[in-house]
Amino acid sequence: MLEVFTKLADGVVFDLLGLTPGQKLTESLHFFIEDVSKIFVLLTLIIFLIGFFRSLVSPERARKLIGGQSPWISYPLAVALGAVTPFCSCSSVPLFIGFLEAGIPLGVTMAFLITSPMINEVAVLVLASTMGWTIAGLYVVTGLTVGLLGGLAMAALKQERHVEEYVWKIRMGQAALPAVDASLRGRLQFAGAQVREIVGRIWPYVLGGVGVGALLHGYAPQSFFIEYAGPDNPFAPPLAVLIGIPLYSNATGVIPVAEALLAKGVPIGTALALMMSVAAISLPEMIILRKVIKPPLIALFIAWLFVAFVAVGYLFNGLFA
Amino acid sequence: MKQVKVLGSGCKNCETTARIITEQAQQLGVEIELEKVTDMAQIMGYGVMSTPGVVVDGQVVHAGGLPSAADVVKWLAA
Repeated sequence: MLEVFTKLADGVVFDLLGLTPGQKLTESLHFFIEDVSKIFVLLTLIIFLIGFFRSLVSPERARKLIGGQSPWISYPLAVALGAVTPFCSCSSVPLFIGFLEAGIPLGVTMAFLITSPMINEVAVLVLASTMGWTIAGLYVVTGLTVGLLGGLAMAALKQERHVEEYVWKIRMGQAALPAVDASLRGRLQFAGAQVREIVGRIWPYVLGGVGVGALLHGYAPQSFFIEYAGPDNPFAPPLAVLIGIPLYSNATGVIPVAEALLAKGVPIGTALALMMSVAAISLPEMIILRKVIKPPLIALFIAWLFVAFVAVGYLFNGLFA
Repeated sequence: MKQVKVLGSGCKNCETTARIITEQAQQLGVEIELEKVTDMAQIMGYGVMSTPGVVVDGQVVHAGGLPSAADVVKWLAA
């Protein structure tokens, strides 16, 4: 089914523009046209489908489900809901406060906050369609694990003392959930609005990501990656995570970059480490979180993600060598 | 006169929400008093966790994501 995008790129590059196969420009352009068309079509379809059922999952609902559960249930539930519940990063502060206010422990709240930007269903489906279900599955499982263990670690280290005092004082009003229009028409309209909003927000990241991927694909010499990011360089995973931190993108935007890197012989663990780092550690997100947590906890948060992503890198490089 | 509050920390979606509401109110010829609430304690006081949220005459009508123009018309006309 996805061959249609390869054919589209073939048609434009070879037939319409008459470029010769095998040349750098041809390869880059082919990658760009194929991935841009594929990702935007998939994004639109997937967001529309998910938007149709969206009223079932919201942060308010997640809070209600997680609140009052025993740790055996609340931690797995928090990462699972984190994976499927979308929220814009400017909502992380009210979400954080809302969770704590509902009596949800800090560890569970952090587990949710770590998992959410890393895994979302759109990114997973795009990942599956560009790189296959095995890689998508690995990404999900490791993402859930990183969130779960991170939350447990923060609970074990009693990080509650590093939450800003005012947070504990806020009393939340009765959750006044606006009525959702659950008619077919209402759901279709809502799904359409979601497509406009989400695609409208992330298209620059997707174009940027595919652009970088296309340049790597056509122009970057294979020997360069084998030498610096290949299986023989033991420092490749930590380096990939460090490079990912200042790159602010979302998970969907970084997929084409990882796709091009894999094709250049970069091992799977190193590529996964880069993807996770770009999606989950970003300066803007940390600045937002600073409003509710103090520097020591922010430092721990970043340190945990760094160590975890490097470990993911080594683990998968080792398993799939 | 309707009292409309946009709840949000001031991110782009919140700005856009306020703009949509102002535009629709002008088109409908409905007089509104628009207030942007950025204080977290107040936002939470309305029970809203996903921003932007919209409150019309004390009633939370929306939480999370951009509202559509049709939604806004419905709130203002009611």
